[in-house]
This record gives sequence, structure tokens and C-alpha cells, in this order.
Amino acid sequence: MGPQIRAVVAPISGPTTIQVAEGEGSRPVAVRGLRQRLCAVALAAIVPLCLLLFWELMVRWTGTRLIPLPGDVAKMMWDFAFGGIYNDAYSATLPIHFWKSVQRVYGGFFLAAATAIPLGLMIGRMPLLRAMLDPTISLLRPIPVTAWLPLSMIFFGLGPKSAIFLVFLGAFYPILLNTIFGVKSIDVRLFEAAEMLGCSGSQLFRSVVLPAALPSIFNGLRLGAGFAWILIVVGEMTGVPEGLGAVIMDGRTLSRTDLVITGMIIIGITGFLSDRILLLLSNYFLRWSPQHHA
Amino acid sequence: MLEAPTNGRAATPPLLRVTDVHKMFTASNGTVEALRGINITIGKGEFVCLLGASGCGKSTLLRIIAGFERASRGAVAVYGTEVDRPGPDRGMVFQDYALFPWLTVKENIIFGPCHRGVPTSDIAKLSERFLSMVGLTPFANRYPHQLSGGMKQRVAIARVLANDTDILLMDEPFGALDALTRSKLQEELIDIWQSTKLTVIFVTHSVEEAVLLADRVLVMTAGPGRIDCQIKIDLSRPRDVSSPEFNVLRRDVTRRLTSHIARDRRVGATADS
Repeated sequence: MGPQIRAVVAPISGPTTIQVAEGEGSRPVAVRGLRQRLCAVALAAIVPLCLLLFWELMVRWTGTRLIPLPGDVAKMMWDFAFGGIYNDAYSATLPIHFWKSVQRVYGGFFLAAATAIPLGLMIGRMPLLRAMLDPTISLLRPIPVTAWLPLSMIFFGLGPKSAIFLVFLGAFYPILLNTIFGVKSIDVRLFEAAEMLGCSGSQLFRSVVLPAALPSIFNGLRLGAGFAWILIVVGEMTGVPEGLGAVIMDGRTLSRTDLVITGMIIIGITGFLSDRILLLLSNYFLRWSPQHHA
Repeated sequence: MLEAPTNGRAATPPLLRVTDVHKMFTASNGTVEALRGINITIGKGEFVCLLGASGCGKSTLLRIIAGFERASRGAVAVYGTEVDRPGPDRGMVFQDYALFPWLTVKENIIFGPCHRGVPTSDIAKLSERFLSMVGLTPFANRYPHQLSGGMKQRVAIARVLANDTDILLMDEPFGALDALTRSKLQEELIDIWQSTKLTVIFVTHSVEEAVLLADRVLVMTAGPGRIDCQIKIDLSRPRDVSSPEFNVLRRDVTRRLTSHIARDRRVGATADS
């Protein structure tokens, strides 16, 4: 964009001046992009900073011992990650707990995706399968994952398998239901076009059903991944010694609220990052879709 | 491309024959007779238009020929062999394009050949040939949502042609386009038809379009849907919309078409929509 010409029209009696002003195009694109991103970050940071301030003020004002100050939580987080401040059982143990939780969350999540997506594709397309499975699935759905905890411990004993099962349950339903929805909303014309072009039977699944349902499937995956992180705390109540959920539960037992809040923050950040990764993947696979860019 | 079967003693069967086709639709509130007693014979290389108002069953008839619907009675035969399901020999171009949004223009065009096991070396040649036939070579790697309506319809035509079709079935293909794009595509369609010598069955509600494009116009009426009459269009191509001969034919066709609507109104019958 070159320089912009603006006409400034003064009242009738005066002269008409034409100014040539330098428009936006004079600054290089890279600088503009950086500024926009900094603005976005600054806007996003306003609310968290206000909340931190509110937290600090409320704790100091009420003098409560139950909730630590933001500064104390920050110290705990540092110690949790790198050690050197408290040198207790939790110092520098973040990597282990983090890794264990990540294993379980993604284990359960991938298991859920690997079962829910093919099942959803088939249920969406085959009325017979739907008639057989839909009532059972709908009956099991309202049962909260927490209610499965005792049974899960009976099936899988104490330990990580139990946790993975609960995460699996939590991620399974969003992925399944979104996949079925995705399949059922495929325009019938696409199937007609595919059959007319010579693609039939099982070829249809790979060539039409899966790509057409992919936007809904990705929605389901993002929801499922979110639930997986939410449920890791429940999942790790099954008696596992390590993991972010276990740390939170320990913190509760030991009345170490700073530990609890540390665990919460780390789960929040990790869940956020994992959602962003999923978003990047979906932007790549759905680059053909005009509505799917975040 | 299918070859007309030659069995020596008998005459070669026509490319398409529709014999006594009837179609009833049953809904919860009764049955609708969409088509009654349709008999059509179409030879290779003809350009036939099915012309009629909305609700006369022309799209239903086209879909039965394409194999997306089953006739309640009667049969459709291609070179004497009965057909009742979709296939590459009858390629359909839809009014709403029905392109695969997750595939690029080029991938849409080669969808048919890829799924029928055409070797990859031939596929590359096919894609180049049909991309240039519809003038979309610079857009080969675009996605459908990046194309205009006219371009999308060109892709739809190209993918059917690339699939070695015998009969091009077109269901009001230019209905969703603006007038300028429509006339451009009509010209391009005639060019393609003349160079590939395909058979075309074109459904439309526009008398002008029918007279402009077709060798033969089959006028259809509603209540129930049937073929009322057939009018041969003997003008040489390229046809001039403003010429007197064109307009004589156009008036003639319009008269035949609207006389039924007037008669139906007088008799008091309501055309099903």
C-alpha cells in the first residue's frame, strides 16, 4: 500500500488542502506482526495479573493460614522443579511426576481415540450397528467417571492401569459422539458423487467418510484431551505413588496447600500446551476447511 | 468408454433407453406419483434437454437414470444392459457442485481414475489433459473453498470427463451461477461436447438454455410427471440468442411448456411441488 492521499476540505471560504500522509504501508510487515503479537500477549496477561494481585491482597487482608501467598506458591514451584529451597520429599521431583502423569493421560487418550474413532465411523454409517450399540452407550454415558473408581480398582488393582482406564473412559465419549455426529452430517451428495465416480463399499470409508468427518473428529479429540487432563487427578486417586494428581492428593492430606496449587497450575499449563499442539495438528490436517483455523 | 455391443444380426441397441418408468414416493401423509410412463431413447452423441417447471419430475428422472433412485416400475438400459446403480458410465454434474472439500482441484479430478485402479503414469496425463480442457491448470492445487462457483462447476465437469464417462448427466448445473458465468460455461460446455462427442442429458427450467444447447428438447409436465412432447432444435451451432430463428423456436417451446400450466390452472388441478 503506497502513501495515502487524504483530502481535507475546509469550510467554503477557506482553501482546500490536500495532504499526503504516510499510511500503514510505510512500516515493514515483520515489525507490525511482532507488535500485534505483543499486544495480544499483553491483553491476555491483564486478567491473570489482576487475579494474582487479588489473591495476594485477600490473603494478606484476611490473614488466613489456609491459603498461601502467590510468592510462597512460586517458591514451591521452583523447589518442586529444581530443588534447593526446602529439600524435602518433593524437591526437584517435578520431572518424575510430570512424566508419569503425561504417560497416563496420553496412554488413556490414545487408547480412547483408537477405539472411539473406528467405532464412531462404523456406528455412523451402519444402522444395524447403531441399533445394537447406541442404547448401551447412551445408558453408560451419564455415569460419572468417579463412580467407576471402585470397579476400576477391582478390575486393574492399585496402580497406573486403573488410572489409564479412568482417563480412557473420560476421553472416550466426546471422541465417539463427535465422530458419530461428524459422519452423520456428511452431505449425502458426496456419497452420491463418490459412487458415481466408481468408489464403493469399504473404499468409501477411507476416501469419503474419514476425511469428511475429520473436522468433527478433531473437535472430539480436543474435548477428549481436555477431559483426560481433568480426570488425571481422579485417575491418580487409585493409589499411585507418583504423578501430578497424586501430588495434589498428598498436598491435601499433608495440608500443604502450596503443593496443591502448584500441582493445579502445572496441570493447567500442560493441558493448555497439549491443546495447542492438537490445534496445530488440526490446522494442518484441516487446511482445506475455511472454518477451521484458530 | 463403453463400446456399443455388436451382435451381428440385431441392430445395435441405443446408448440409453428408458422404458416405461414410473416412480412413486411414499411419505407418511400419502403417496406422490412423481413419474408416469416415461419412455425415452437417446443415441450416442446427442445433446438432449429435459425441460420443465419445478416439480415436474425431471430431476427425479435424471437421478433414476444416474442410478441414485430406483424406478418403481420400468427399466433403464445402457447399450441394452439394465442399470440400477450409479457408475462411471453415467457421470453426474450436480447443481451444488458436490466437490470433495478436502481434496485439491487436481485430486478431485483424478478421484475416479484413482479409485478404479488406473496406473499412476496415466493419471498424471489425465489430470493435465482435463485441467487444461476446463482452463484450470493454474488452479490445480487450490481447494474448492478458494474457487468461485463457475470454477467449481468446471472442476465438477472435469472430474466426470476424466472418469471416462459415456453419458454426461447435468442437473441444472448452471442454476446457481450468475448470468455472465452461466453463458460462458454454456459456451464451454458446447465446445467440450463437440470435441469429446459425449452424450449429454441436461435438465433445466430455462427455455432459452434448452433451445441454446440441445439437439432435442423433451418438454415435461407435472401432475404426475410425464414427457409431453419432444421438439427438435435444428439450428446450427454456434447459436445466436438474438437471431429470429432462435426466437421462433423459443416461442414455440415456451408455448408448449406454458400451455400445460394454463390448462392445469383452468382444470383446477394443482401441480405437486
